[in-house]
Amino acid sequence: MEAIMEILKGLDWSPLFISIKTGVVATVISFFLGIFAARKVVKASPGKKAVIDGILTLPMVLPPTVAGFFLLLLFSRRRPFGEFLFDEFGFKVVQTWLGCVIAATVIAFPLMYRNARAAMEQIDTNLVYAGRTLGMSDTKIFWKIIIPTAGPGIASGTILTFARALGEYGATSMLAGNIPGKTGTISQKIAMVIQDGDYMTAGIWVAVVMIIAFIVIFLMNIISGKKMKNIRRW
Amino acid sequence: MAINVQVRKKLDSFLLDISFESKSKRIGILGASGCGKSMTLKSIAGIETPDEGRIEVEGRTLFDRERKVNLKPQKRNVGYLFQNYALFPTMNVEKNIAAGLKGSRQGSETRVRQMIEKFRLQGLEKRLPGQLSGGQQQRVALARIMAYEPDVILLDEPFSALDMYLKDQLQQELIQMLEDYEGTVIMVSHNRDEVYRFSQDLLIIDQGRIAAAGETKEIFRNPVSREAARLTGCKNFSRVRQIDAHTLEVQDWGITLYIRGEIPDYTEWIGYRAHDFIPVWGKRGENMIKAEIDSSATLPFERNYYLRAEKENVLDTDGSGGTKICWFVQREKMDVLEERGIPDYLEIKEDKILFLR
Repeated sequence: MEAIMEILKGLDWSPLFISIKTGVVATVISFFLGIFAARKVVKASPGKKAVIDGILTLPMVLPPTVAGFFLLLLFSRRRPFGEFLFDEFGFKVVQTWLGCVIAATVIAFPLMYRNARAAMEQIDTNLVYAGRTLGMSDTKIFWKIIIPTAGPGIASGTILTFARALGEYGATSMLAGNIPGKTGTISQKIAMVIQDGDYMTAGIWVAVVMIIAFIVIFLMNIISGKKMKNIRRW
Repeated sequence: MAINVQVRKKLDSFLLDISFESKSKRIGILGASGCGKSMTLKSIAGIETPDEGRIEVEGRTLFDRERKVNLKPQKRNVGYLFQNYALFPTMNVEKNIAAGLKGSRQGSETRVRQMIEKFRLQGLEKRLPGQLSGGQQQRVALARIMAYEPDVILLDEPFSALDMYLKDQLQQELIQMLEDYEGTVIMVSHNRDEVYRFSQDLLIIDQGRIAAAGETKEIFRNPVSREAARLTGCKNFSRVRQIDAHTLEVQDWGITLYIRGEIPDYTEWIGYRAHDFIPVWGKRGENMIKAEIDSSATLPFERNYYLRAEKENVLDTDGSGGTKICWFVQREKMDVLEERGIPDYLEIKEDKILFLR
């Protein structure tokens, strides 16, 4: 017990903030991109749908290190696109916090997209038609009818996205590296201290991750449970 | 004020080719499931786009392929009552009714209030659709449409998902609620009773084509085509051969009919409704068929008898081993049968015969 207190006193909390910051930003980006992509894919023709869906889901199926490899190829400053980003906008991705966000977003995005898409596809098309015959614009139908009706699916997509982004390891370590105080996330911290044989510190970080995960899911369940109580579903 | 619809659209298994015009305010479209009647309605609403054709409502062109007119559903001012009512599940009653309203907040609040009173929805304003009964949902859906003041209201099989008891009640309620609506209402259904009680003008669709069109009561009296007769509830059909001006050989039933009046030129089939046979005991007279009962079924308010046709070597029209003739007896007429037993013959009344092409 004393040993734990000792470690806690001297603990560098930066991995917690880096992870949460990365998780929140990646979730926000994925939320909008995922819903946008889901809407486009739901409307697309079957052939197009299969192709686009395949590409968008790929990061979830691939090992994160493979995704990391492609991200490195793309963003490395020795490559045209990475060079262009740096020269034109001064963006550095590799070995920076931006790299953390990009890696987490790419890996977690499919969860948001797939959940949003499944929820939208389940919506009775008559609701959309009813909205149209009542003179509602397609934008209004989307925000006032589709999004609220797809609420539970979108909520669970958001939870999963956040959880996945929070714990991202493989692609992050390749793209952003593990620079303490800059790109050192909790997952990377755990891996690092385990390599040093420091199970005590690793255990503390594991507990932190578990608490965060539990709180997030608990909150989301309460929110969606309250809102959806009176909506009849299958 | 009228409605003029010409729609051609290639569907999976047939070509939808509908063309009708009506000045009536209450129009029914009757047809079996999948005959294209819903597609016709959706084309009017702008939810589906026909391949060719023209749709005009109250003098406004909604769709004209040749002139490249195709108004968005939002611009058509057509109300559509969906079979499942399509109420927005996350909005309460008030918000559902207000969903299509534009203009000032105050104006739409007043309008919603009016509709809630008119459709007896007081006290339910804050409920979500999932908390309403089927009848209440129908009223909300109709209130939502009426608040929007459409030129036409389209009813897409509004009662087909309901049980019999509720159906009857809601039909009557719907007719009453639409009573003071001045626009045109088109109702699509596969139920002859529904369209009979609702519509002045009727359109019968079979396999994407019009089988009959005209005044509802007249079509039920004289459907002219076999598909139309079947959809208006006629159960018995037979091919006929005209022997002379007043004699018909009824091939599938194995009898001959003497017709005093005129037989229409087009007659190739006749139809006879199952309720129209008159039981006869004793001697055989003119226009009678032997009552050889094959089987029977007892229903709450009537009894159904299924007879064999007289001739054995008749053509096998439906693959069931010869034509069955249906004879339905209503409860109040059943006493006579109880007393006198199964009749020897059934008489066919000339004025009840449907001459069909």
